[in-house]
Amino acid sequence: MNYNWDWGVLVREPYLEWLTSGFTWTIVVSLTAWVLAFSLGSVIGIMRTTNSNLLRRIATCYVELFRNIPLLVQMFLWYFVFPELLPQDAGMWVKRGMPMPEFTTAAICLGLYTASRVAEQVRAGINSIGQGQRNAGLAMGLTPAQVYRYVLLPVAYRIIVPPLTSEFLTIFKNSSVALTIGVLETTAQARQIEEYTFQGFEAFTAATVLYIIVTSIVMLLMRFVEGRVSIPGMISLGAK
Amino acid sequence: MFNNFDGKVVLDNLHFLIEGMQTTLLLTVVAIIGGLLLGTLLALARLSPFKTLSFVAGTYVNFFRSMPLILVIFWFYFLVPHILGRPVGGFYSVLVAFVLFEAAYYCEIMRAGIQSVRQGQIYAGQALGLTYQQNMRYVVLPQAFRNMIPILMTQAIILFQDTSLVYVVGIKDFLVSADLVANRENRILEMFTTVAIVYFVICLSGSLFIRRLQEKFNL
Repeated sequence: MNYNWDWGVLVREPYLEWLTSGFTWTIVVSLTAWVLAFSLGSVIGIMRTTNSNLLRRIATCYVELFRNIPLLVQMFLWYFVFPELLPQDAGMWVKRGMPMPEFTTAAICLGLYTASRVAEQVRAGINSIGQGQRNAGLAMGLTPAQVYRYVLLPVAYRIIVPPLTSEFLTIFKNSSVALTIGVLETTAQARQIEEYTFQGFEAFTAATVLYIIVTSIVMLLMRFVEGRVSIPGMISLGAK
Repeated sequence: MFNNFDGKVVLDNLHFLIEGMQTTLLLTVVAIIGGLLLGTLLALARLSPFKTLSFVAGTYVNFFRSMPLILVIFWFYFLVPHILGRPVGGFYSVLVAFVLFEAAYYCEIMRAGIQSVRQGQIYAGQALGLTYQQNMRYVVLPQAFRNMIPILMTQAIILFQDTSLVYVVGIKDFLVSADLVANRENRILEMFTTVAIVYFVICLSGSLFIRRLQEKFNL
């Protein structure tokens, strides 16, 4: 294997700047998508545990729809197909008019996709508490909304901290799929450096190290959080 | 909108699309087999009493699990020809990437499966006078495997979806074939909708089948 090592390429301009901007995009896309995934996923997950047949069915359809189409295909659907389905003016706006079309599309797509996975975790968390607590709440005269707010959810979220952590790490890794519609995040920049300089080994190592650092920090942080919020005597459960 | 939807373009290029789907399936099957074999070895290594062995396996698994699949694909697409010193074609590089990447996930499934067999079962086997191999062969592994089946199959569906990521290096799988047709015929709407429906039908049938299996055999 003959290869001209040149680690210096990573600190030379403009490549250093490419990497930092790529890393920033990775973080921004992941966090934006996570906010959407967490809030929507919670709503869908709760809907799947309610007594209403209609709500349950809608939520189930959502989860099955978004889970069974590859993320990359969803990315293309939102970016290429969705604007075609809108009236012409609105379609043009989505394509070019709205601020940062690639970023916005990627974050929304990633968020909607991950929401289906978060929903499954939330549902598993609520179901693992058991019918007894729900009945006890209702028997005390709480409304169903109050049962969720004061009885079920506080326990459910504490139980599902570990699986939610891994969902967050998944969203963070999946943010690389955004490169297919032109968001220049970490992986895309590493690839671009390889194409410009032929120093693929150095470029990909830099990207790998960045991903590993963030993963490790999140895991350490969440291990601390898990310790603080875990419920004594309860083994945490996650949906698969 | 859908009023100028032209389904004919899909039928005209059906042969081309089927060829793409064959590549996708080939990639999926080889990655499953390779990933399972390597993953089982890794799981045994992780559970082995030799500290070095389990440390190496653990590091391998954590390393691959903290990287996005696209980055792994890029890595091997770049690395494999360099190591071999000659071009081998993208398909084989990507195959290596998938096997090594999936092995990390299969290892974790295997490990959880083996650990899901209760300690009492192992003691019972020992009390009956079974040797370590007999205990593994007749008591632990059959139960472990039974517990793992649904998760292994779910992972296969995830893998089938993930193979679409070979798009980034232009291997002609199902999605890339459809993309080529879409751009050639200027029929983006029709082609991508078809791709989504095909993936959806296959994956949904798969997961419904798994659920049926779970209910029937009480897994």
